[in-house]
Amino acid sequence: MSPLIPTLLPELALGLGGMVLLLAGVLSKSNQFVHCSLASIALFVVTALLVLAAPSGTIYDGLLITSNFTRFADVLVLLGASAALILSLDYNQREDIARFEFPVLVVLAVLGMIVMISAADMMTLYLGFELQSLALYICAAFARDSLRSTEAGLKYFVLGALASGLLIYGISLVYGFAGTTNFASLAQQFSTGQAAGYGTVIGVVFVLVGIAFKISAAPFHMWTPDVYEGAPTPVTALFGTAPKVAAMALLVSVMVGPFGHLLSQWQMLIEILSVISMLLGALAAIGQSNIKRLMAYSSIGHMGYALIGLAAGTAAGVQATLIYMSVYVVMSFGVFACILAMRRKGQAVETIADLAGLSTQSPAYALALAVLMWSMAGIPPLSGFFGKLYVFSAAINAGLDVLAVVGVLTSVVGAFYYLRVIKVMYFDAGSPDFDKAAGSVRFVMAVAALATALFVFIPGPLVSAAAAAARALMG
Amino acid sequence: MQVALSNFLVVAGLLFVIGVFGIFMNRKNIIVIMMSIELILLAANINFVAFSGALHDMVGQVFTMFVLTVAAAESAIGLAIVVIYSRNRGSIEVEDVTLMKG
Repeated sequence: MSPLIPTLLPELALGLGGMVLLLAGVLSKSNQFVHCSLASIALFVVTALLVLAAPSGTIYDGLLITSNFTRFADVLVLLGASAALILSLDYNQREDIARFEFPVLVVLAVLGMIVMISAADMMTLYLGFELQSLALYICAAFARDSLRSTEAGLKYFVLGALASGLLIYGISLVYGFAGTTNFASLAQQFSTGQAAGYGTVIGVVFVLVGIAFKISAAPFHMWTPDVYEGAPTPVTALFGTAPKVAAMALLVSVMVGPFGHLLSQWQMLIEILSVISMLLGALAAIGQSNIKRLMAYSSIGHMGYALIGLAAGTAAGVQATLIYMSVYVVMSFGVFACILAMRRKGQAVETIADLAGLSTQSPAYALALAVLMWSMAGIPPLSGFFGKLYVFSAAINAGLDVLAVVGVLTSVVGAFYYLRVIKVMYFDAGSPDFDKAAGSVRFVMAVAALATALFVFIPGPLVSAAAAAARALMG
Repeated sequence: MQVALSNFLVVAGLLFVIGVFGIFMNRKNIIVIMMSIELILLAANINFVAFSGALHDMVGQVFTMFVLTVAAAESAIGLAIVVIYSRNRGSIEVEDVTLMKG
């Protein structure tokens, strides 16, 4: 047990902050979109500091836990959500969807993610999961006069609700056959060494499938391309970062925490998810012409690589997954900043062909996108290479050579479409004539590209933080 | 008369299967999909309550309360999304939800 208030402060700050922002927005006469967004970003920074200051331990009789693992994932979620909000500042105003509800919804979604990451009981897991999903359904349909956005919201809602239905059905089976919903009690029960009953195993599989929907691991990825394409681009940037990290952290903490002793039962499933995701991410992206759809398939592939670390089931594997997710988040919001900068005569353009000739017109922008694409393809010395290096070496050390081989082969195939973007920018004739991007978008682009390029010089802090997080989880 | 736990589980399992099939087999109306989602949550609730009775443990019933609350919020948001969608599209037929494909 640990002191209640300091441990709970990050959640309290987000919850109360979200409500205050909502009230301020409603009571104000004019539209407070910009003020609310800036206040939300400040709130995320404050929450990140509170997260880092929170003492380790469990509260509420083992409902919530704080450890180095939750701190790592929380900070990553807050980073991704802040970047998405910074990106939304300019876009939402240009697209006439600058309503103050947007940052409030993001704050509530982040609250859900943080509860989800800190969950130490199936009940908090479910509530965090739902709070996050419900807020994100609305975000996807936020451009409510756009058919594409509402269709994206509808698809995300139907498949997301199915995912939470599977999750809750799985939880009910685990509760019934194991007799408890608490992670520590579950872990203790399975540690006796005797094989778990069929009921429990089926429950674990349902829980796994429910979370796999949220990280969009194939074959549960159906919603991803449509939602990425249809949702407003800053929302897509949000979907590509914070919820992915939160769901991956949840998957890791559930699988190696309460179900850690059932490794032999779920390891094969994670391996299958990982292989299918990597293959689908590499092959289905080849034919895409819309860059947001391309990023959707790319994210499916990246989730496959991140799952390799979990499949290893070792502390080194968890560390590799966390490093991969951190690197992926930074690359991802960088690429979305580049996509947001693709505007011609006030209209957003989204096809890869529109990038032709970018290198002569705006060399810095083209270079930033090129660095991010090289990194996504996993070319050294950029950060994406190190992410892959860690997961592959974790897989080989755990004896999963097949996964590592498939991973290397699919990254070779994947390099084709990442490099195609670079080829279009540098070698195809054309004049993109993009409007000058807003300062906030260029800021995010520059930060992401620099972090990706310079990671090789200072990998230490991230690697050791991920190692500490993995140790906290694996005990 | 005591009803055995397995009877509850079979009913819940059937409801769950009907719900999942309702989502995938239904080609007509989005509202039917929302009803199917409710059926899935209902199946989980029956499981929770049945297990709670069998285990003499309150956690399952508390969980049911949370699931009910979340289900209400979920259908409110779902209906709101269906309303704005139908305003833009002019129809809520499942076969019409095909603007983006591939």
